[in-house]
Amino acid sequence: MALINKESVKKKMGSRIAANNFAKFLFILATSFSLLVLGVLLFRILDEGLPYLSLDFITSFASRLPERAGIWAALVGTIWIMTVTAPVSFILGVGTAIYLEEYAKKNAFTKFVQINIANLAGVPSIVFGLLGLTIFVRLAGLGSSVLAGGLTMSLLILPVIVVASQEAIRTVPKEIREASFGMGATKWQTIRRIVFPAALPGILTGTILALSRAVGETAPLLVVGALAYVAFVPENLLSSFTVLPIQLYNWTSRPQEDFHMLAASGIIILMIILLIMNSIAVYIRNKFHKRF
Amino acid sequence: MDITINKKSVQKGKEEQEVTPVFNINNLNLWYGQDHALKDIKFDIPEKQVTAIIGPSGCGKSTFIKTLNRMVEMVPIVRMSGEIIYRDKNIFDPKYGVEELRTQVGMVFQKPNPFPKSIYDNVAYGPRIHGIKNKKVLDEVVEKSLRGAAIWDEVKDRLNENAFGLSGGQQQRLCIARCLAIEPDVILMDEPTSALDPISTLKVEELVQELKKEYSIVIVTHNMQQAARISDRTAFFLNGEVVEYTDTSTLFSNPSDKRTEDYITGRFG
Amino acid sequence: MTTDKKNQNSIRAMIKENKSRRSQSAVMEKVVPKFFMICAVISIFTTLGIVFTLLTETFTFFSRVSIVEFFTNTHWFPFTADDNADYGILALVMGTLTVTAIAMVVAIPVGLAAAIYLSEYASAKTRKFIKPILEVLAGIPTIVYGFFALTFVTPVLDSIIPGGISIFNALSPGIVVGIMIIPMIASLSEDAMNAVPNSMREGAMALGATRFEVAMKVVLPAALSGVIASFVLGISRAIGETMIVTIAGGSRPTADINITESIQTMTAYIVQVSQGDTGYGTTIYYSIYAVGMTLFVFTLIMNLLAQFISRKFREEY
Ligand SMILES: Nc1ncnc2c1ncn2[C@@H]1O[C@H](COP(=O)(O)OP(=O)(O)OP(=O)(O)O)[C@@H](O)[C@H]1O
Ligand SMILES: [Mg+2]
Repeated sequence: MALINKESVKKKMGSRIAANNFAKFLFILATSFSLLVLGVLLFRILDEGLPYLSLDFITSFASRLPERAGIWAALVGTIWIMTVTAPVSFILGVGTAIYLEEYAKKNAFTKFVQINIANLAGVPSIVFGLLGLTIFVRLAGLGSSVLAGGLTMSLLILPVIVVASQEAIRTVPKEIREASFGMGATKWQTIRRIVFPAALPGILTGTILALSRAVGETAPLLVVGALAYVAFVPENLLSSFTVLPIQLYNWTSRPQEDFHMLAASGIIILMIILLIMNSIAVYIRNKFHKRF
Repeated sequence: MDITINKKSVQKGKEEQEVTPVFNINNLNLWYGQDHALKDIKFDIPEKQVTAIIGPSGCGKSTFIKTLNRMVEMVPIVRMSGEIIYRDKNIFDPKYGVEELRTQVGMVFQKPNPFPKSIYDNVAYGPRIHGIKNKKVLDEVVEKSLRGAAIWDEVKDRLNENAFGLSGGQQQRLCIARCLAIEPDVILMDEPTSALDPISTLKVEELVQELKKEYSIVIVTHNMQQAARISDRTAFFLNGEVVEYTDTSTLFSNPSDKRTEDYITGRFG
Repeated sequence: MTTDKKNQNSIRAMIKENKSRRSQSAVMEKVVPKFFMICAVISIFTTLGIVFTLLTETFTFFSRVSIVEFFTNTHWFPFTADDNADYGILALVMGTLTVTAIAMVVAIPVGLAAAIYLSEYASAKTRKFIKPILEVLAGIPTIVYGFFALTFVTPVLDSIIPGGISIFNALSPGIVVGIMIIPMIASLSEDAMNAVPNSMREGAMALGATRFEVAMKVVLPAALSGVIASFVLGISRAIGETMIVTIAGGSRPTADINITESIQTMTAYIVQVSQGDTGYGTTIYYSIYAVGMTLFVFTLIMNLLAQFISRKFREEY
């Protein structure tokens, strides 16, 4: 007597395959949902934003009249913030990564730093805003300035840069470090001349992606006190400022449809900036990929 | 302490010859944690000769050669006792910096490990880290080292290309050139041909013969024919001990220890 | 040979000569690691700074508003004369949790389904096409999502839902926050499923299991901890999300939730105060830290939970 009834297995087979096909259909549907959303989102923004997009839009200051409003102050403000954030977060992030990967002993302190960085990455960005408001704006007396905003942003993206740099440093093979030490190079010489240059493409890719996140961030700078309506560009690190996302927020939260269209135009500019930054990051990643 | 062996005579071929040792190793012990990897090692390494280290896998050959330039200390769990005298100085003396030691005692690794830089920069690396910046001097050193490593003709037209574009055998000779560029006194080689094809191996072997005119060479090899072909003296390691150390022709033709004989006749290992 | 010899001596001599420089580089060897260590310590000070900032300002807040009221009052109504003000965090917490719940209803099924599709069904070519799109979605700034929620999703919902929907409501930002989180859940879950060794799949396939059965009965259970950790991280992101809910959720804190009506989340409240002309030192000023502290605790618990889940139940293959 057969233990398995072949007939019933065969009968069930049909429904099992049908279940598989149905599930596959659902999975594809879910995956396409993301594509659909992206498509609709881009279409909406282009549809609303293209009419107002012009050179004047880029070079004009904000205005109460939609047809005369532009993003110049916000664009320049974003660049100012980045000139603070980029070097500060790069030096701190790469420094931390080099310390953790090359110098730190495997002890409790190192583990603590590592866990701390992982947790910092999960802190909501608006909480970094509160940190910046207390420490930089009030305690350090910087006021709601470019410097205070840029430093706040540096701390926000620091964990991302640290983690990316650590990964990049870890891909540098131990053999070439040994070769350097074997020639009488000191630790710092080995790091500076061998490890750092070899890890640099990975570090740069991570840093640019982190900076592109900072370019799109709104909440922390709102809390730090960036202005929403600005008709001037910052003159120095202690000037008050606005940034692109805050300008967009300001337009979006007005009831008039015209301002929504302005916001859409600004979003196009913002997305183009992010696209350029990401393309550079991807280019560096691909160009220097797999060298070992 | 017995540093009396410092200038003792070393048997070489048939004729007695006065040879200065570059290394005197005395009662060297080394542990990886609890693992006793080198036991009471005691021998001298002669100047301007090729000393081969042979022995079965895991017997401590790499460990031994890496203690000579203190690279073994990069493993955190390592403990050592005993002394290694390099040209009258104890290399474990805290006053004697590892960087200085490694400037004198260069190393070529098992797998070719060029830097991800141009061929030129690879060779110029050593002089540069030791503070030589003059372009003319560097050019000269690079050419001389590449010639010394018998690879000049193959790369002279592509000095600015990335070293990763070279074949494995070329990379290994480049690594030898890189090592020569700081003109070390001793060159340590840990199975330098094990990753190479027979022709590249032959080239490196010829090169070793050439290099011993200027340098003292210690070479680890798994290949007994290679040891027999290129070395003047051979040490046979087993389980972290030196079983036998004598000149190469004696060791291979007339081993005094049964275990050496078993190993070279292929009975184990 | 003789010139060679001379040259050789000269290089050796030059290196020896440069030894004097060594003292200078020895200083670098000592200073450089200290500098890098300071960099590493700054990340710790950042955490300490956050905790310290939130704690001290929250403390000041509680010297003015009773902690009991903060946790038990169900109304949040600070913009009035000081003695009429209500500071019941529950109203803001409910807003946050409502949006988070809606977001997860969207993000978990879609994200998980996309992850299963990518790891179990899709060809390498399809994956190569889909993954960058998910990356793009993940990289879109939240301000853009907020704009999308207010100007597209809300009007669409208004025309679909019988009886309409307020211009500011919980549903629209909830859905859009969910959309924002899909890529995160999809990619983290897919990583977890990719870590399941192929031998396990092949074992089941060889017995005649369909792909669906393999996915549900073999891969998903094996990757469960990673998948659940991705949900928890998604929840944490939703709780901390600011701009989408600020733009499309409104500013009416209430514990009495109706998802078609305006609400306010903790994050939106902080933005509202930052935007207004509230002076430094007022009770309202300190209230944003009490709210921030609550927010921080919520997300910290979620992040620790996610780490705990993925560490504790890490599958050993
Ligand atoms: N980094 C390390 N940590 C712990 N133990 C080690 C380490 N390196 C080597 N050992 C141990 O020390 C012993 C000698 O190893 P070594 O690498 O010197 O052998 P070997 O003779 O070079 O072998 P092979 O011919 O395979 O290269 C072995 O038992 C090995 O397990
Ligand atoms: Mg070895």
